[in-house]
Amino acid sequence: MLSLITFLPLLGVAAILITRQFAGPLQEDRDGAARMIALVTTIGVLVLSVILVVRFNPAQGGFQFTEEAGWFAGLHYRMGVDGISVLFVLLTAFLMPLCIAASWRSITNRVVEYMIAFLVLETLVIGVFCALDLIVFYLFFEGQLIPMFLIIGIWGGANRVYAAFKFFLYTLLGSVLMLAAILAMIGMAHTSSIPALMTYHFSPAVQTWLWLAFFASFAVKLPMWPVHTWLPDAHVEAPTAGSVILAGILLKMGGYGFLRFSLPMFPNASVAFTPLVFALSVIAIVYTSLVAFRQTDMKKLIAYSSVAHMGFVTLGIFSGNLLGVQGALFQMLSHGVISGALFLCVGVVYDRMHTREIAFYGGVVNRMPLYAAVFMLFTMGNVGLPGTSGFVGEITSLTGVYAANTWPAILATTGVILSAVYALTLYRNVIFGELANPKLAAITDLERREALIFAPLMIATLAIGLQPALVFHITGVSAEQLVSAYHAATGR
Amino acid sequence: MTPQLTVVALVLAPLLGAAIAGLFGWKIGDRASMSVTTGLLTLSCVLGWMTFGRVIGGHWPSAYLVRLAPFIDVGNFQSDWSIRVDSLSVVMMVVVTTVSALVHVYSWGYMAEDEHKPRFFAYLSLFTFFMLALVTAADFMQLFFGWEGVGLASYLLIGFWYKRPSANSAAIKAFVVNRIGDFGFALGIMTVFWAFGTIRFAEIFPQVAAHADLSWTFAGRPWRLLDLACVLLFIGAMGKSAQFFLHTWLPDAMEGPTPVSALIHAATMVTAGVYMVCLFSPMYEYAPTAKAVVTVIGAVTALFAATVGLAQNDIKRVIAYSTCSQLGYMFFGAGVGAYSASMFHLFTHAFFKALLFLGAGAVITAMHHEQDMRAMGGLWKRIPITYAMMLAGTLSITGVGLPYLDIGLSGFYSKDSLINAAFAAAPSSGTAAFAFVVGVIAAGLTSFYSWRLVFMTFHGHPKWDAAHGAHDPGHGDDHALEPHEAPWVMLVPLIVLAVGAVFAGGVFAESFIGPERATFWRGAIFQAAANHVLDAGQPPAWVAFAPLTVTAIGFVAAWWVYVRREGLGARLAKGPIWAFLYNKWYFDEIYQAIFVRGAEALGDLFWKGGDQRLIDGLGPDGVSSLSYAIGRATGRLQTGYVYHYAFVMLLGVAGLLSFALWAFAR
Repeated sequence: MLSLITFLPLLGVAAILITRQFAGPLQEDRDGAARMIALVTTIGVLVLSVILVVRFNPAQGGFQFTEEAGWFAGLHYRMGVDGISVLFVLLTAFLMPLCIAASWRSITNRVVEYMIAFLVLETLVIGVFCALDLIVFYLFFEGQLIPMFLIIGIWGGANRVYAAFKFFLYTLLGSVLMLAAILAMIGMAHTSSIPALMTYHFSPAVQTWLWLAFFASFAVKLPMWPVHTWLPDAHVEAPTAGSVILAGILLKMGGYGFLRFSLPMFPNASVAFTPLVFALSVIAIVYTSLVAFRQTDMKKLIAYSSVAHMGFVTLGIFSGNLLGVQGALFQMLSHGVISGALFLCVGVVYDRMHTREIAFYGGVVNRMPLYAAVFMLFTMGNVGLPGTSGFVGEITSLTGVYAANTWPAILATTGVILSAVYALTLYRNVIFGELANPKLAAITDLERREALIFAPLMIATLAIGLQPALVFHITGVSAEQLVSAYHAATGR
Repeated sequence: MTPQLTVVALVLAPLLGAAIAGLFGWKIGDRASMSVTTGLLTLSCVLGWMTFGRVIGGHWPSAYLVRLAPFIDVGNFQSDWSIRVDSLSVVMMVVVTTVSALVHVYSWGYMAEDEHKPRFFAYLSLFTFFMLALVTAADFMQLFFGWEGVGLASYLLIGFWYKRPSANSAAIKAFVVNRIGDFGFALGIMTVFWAFGTIRFAEIFPQVAAHADLSWTFAGRPWRLLDLACVLLFIGAMGKSAQFFLHTWLPDAMEGPTPVSALIHAATMVTAGVYMVCLFSPMYEYAPTAKAVVTVIGAVTALFAATVGLAQNDIKRVIAYSTCSQLGYMFFGAGVGAYSASMFHLFTHAFFKALLFLGAGAVITAMHHEQDMRAMGGLWKRIPITYAMMLAGTLSITGVGLPYLDIGLSGFYSKDSLINAAFAAAPSSGTAAFAFVVGVIAAGLTSFYSWRLVFMTFHGHPKWDAAHGAHDPGHGDDHALEPHEAPWVMLVPLIVLAVGAVFAGGVFAESFIGPERATFWRGAIFQAAANHVLDAGQPPAWVAFAPLTVTAIGFVAAWWVYVRREGLGARLAKGPIWAFLYNKWYFDEIYQAIFVRGAEALGDLFWKGGDQRLIDGLGPDGVSSLSYAIGRATGRLQTGYVYHYAFVMLLGVAGLLSFALWAFAR
């Protein structure tokens, strides 16, 4: 099941390559076929993922749907999901068809390669969340750098090369350290099985170094302050769908990594470094919110706001209690939907006007009332209004961290004020007012395709915002196991 | 209908109306949208009074809970979508649905020429739903949902005329200032949760007495738990109810259409803070320091807002500051322990303040969207019905009535009971003594600014017949300004509210605050055994007559300045004291300089100094510029060679891994 979900996109790649040979001489036909195959494939993955989540037994702890096979050179291929990872598989499968649909018109250059890159990316990303073997995990984790690098580097904006390299350098620097740590772990524990390593006790001194090495990689990925500066550049240059995946899923690998590795495998080090994480998280929330407030580029603003929102995730995770961990998980899933939707919102006007300068816009509601309504919903999600998913993640992770230490809770709660400042200011400057710029006079409202892309995102935002149990019910048992194991290991 | 079904229909009817008008208004048209929302709201109002009558009358259970669905459910952090019915919530239900239904009707006339009627009515109904969700919450999460939901509706309605920059700024200001309050509110919720292990009110309140003297570490120092929690929650109330320091958004909120000001920024949403403090009376009764804070902030607001109200020229701003000031009264009443008197003032205030706002709307309609009272005058002959209604509202807010005989307008009963309660609490509490003195002074100021409004608007020489053409040349192109009475669809709601403003106090005083009030509230409001502020009996004569005396002085002074010596008012409107009041004590300027400029400066510093210079400069740019140079030198990224590059990378990763395996595997 998991391997099928993971590698189905590669089948799509093969199909695209084969049809390219037979699709006739016209570039348009080949592009059209590639688009359609990519869409059908990603929808197929989505259907399988829904089945996976439905068949997933939330009452059962530990990993389910596990697969294991010998590989080569004594390596093992191990897959499986638990309550922590299974919804990330669904999130990925959920966002991918939307990304393909969002690129339907806006990508006209090298369409075949673009679709291949996205399908490969889907395989690698789902692989990250399913992998139960360190080596397999590492291959997926690093492998997804390549298609993402290409997506930014080929289909990106004017300054794409700089952004692509910055993205690549940052993440690679982190991952080199992680690779070293992984090898050290295998050397010590004589296994690369993640479930086995979760019960293996590394000595506290070793934990410290391993924790730091993993932290380097996850902190860059999430990103945490001060290693966040690659993110705004990457977002600004990436095509819309690239931003959606970047913000929606790739960032979540950092948080996922903390939950899968740092807390269970290095609990003592996690406790020791909690103050550091809290400090960096609080700085991230306050600092990047203020920076977001001053941005003149729509995408940069949302990128900085992502960094701030990830601050709630790290706070929740390292609070070490159930509420915080559940809140962090929820916040990641919620942010995946909302930030993805916000980048799509930017993409809508970018496709029409080819600029993301906030000052260029203003009064868009006069021409695009439907778009204004959609953008409003996701702005409110970003602000964390109760009723949207953004609220649930924030209040639960903040309440979690309050129990660990009231100071970070107090400082981080200022984030709810600042998010209102930058998000509403952005909305006002783009949407409200008179239609000042004559170039906007002919801008058109959402077309059917775009409305269909937003509809599932709106439903998801409200559905899990009003019925958070949809998520908490699935993550609950695994989160409880994680927390109780963490408490047992650290004696707290 | 069963008690359960009734309240479910009552709460959900406005949501249904909002959904129909909001989602399908473009299809079904203006008239259908307005009819559906108004009809459903009227239904809600009827059900509201029915519930009120049955619950208070004892035909239905005095308190019950309808659980609809779970909301957040993590460990002990459990909340539900539910409808809590008790005396406190049914009082709010009738206030909210009554004013809302009247405002819906009134808007048929007031918004007749607007292009976006379905959107307007959808927002009004959506607001009403959120407000009902707030007052019927049984736990902190639904309370917060309603609390921020009404904030959203307020934001949308203040900025309803989105083409106006001033409306957009006011909308954001309202949301952000409310969020500052919610910052405290959220921390209060977290404190309560970790202290009591639950966020359900019914599970918290029985534990309070046992936690009365518990010490709690917050921000690195110990506090009395209940004082801390109650002060944090009160910060939320300060934002929502526009109390001193967090009041600045309310006057600006007048940018919204006038029916909105009447519903949201006078009668209902802004009173949510008062309601919340009364709802949590079981906690506040054990939090003496928090009560003192509430008293002082309330009293200061009552006085401050009244002074600013003296000097405003915009008819809506005068009423806005008046609202702020009256909310201050409610808070100091709650602070001294007279929760039921606060709720009573909330109740009567809803009538006379909604009346004043809607009356002002009728005046503005009559004046063709002129809001400056200096351009009015002498209107009483032209719009006599509006004038009569405004007089009723003014007599009510100024608390006209006869002590001892106990006959008066609604405001008389509720306001005097607050002042008397402060006096009763004064011997044992310095803050209550302060509130009493301030309450009396502010009553005089209330009288002055209220009568000033009436005199400048309706009396004296008309300023509009000759001056208007020059004042607003763009407007009178089709006809010279000819003030006219508003249509009946606007006047009828005024008349209904006027009935409430005149009689509601007399009719309900005995139930709300009389000696038998326990049979009315039935435990929904908690008073500690030692709290006797409402049972002190008749105060001394000088106390009983003090409010009436200062009200008379205020009336005579206003009459002298704005009628007898008309023109004196304009001459008085000079000098530093006037400027200080007119500019609202310069709060906006100070906040702008410190917080707005501060945030901008910090944002720029972090962005350009922190991110660009420090982090990128020292970190990746050194490395990446090198890579960038290599990338440019090879120049192959934009060519087909990019796949080769990717392939090489993949090989590199594989190679690295292989090497590592070789080194470690054995």
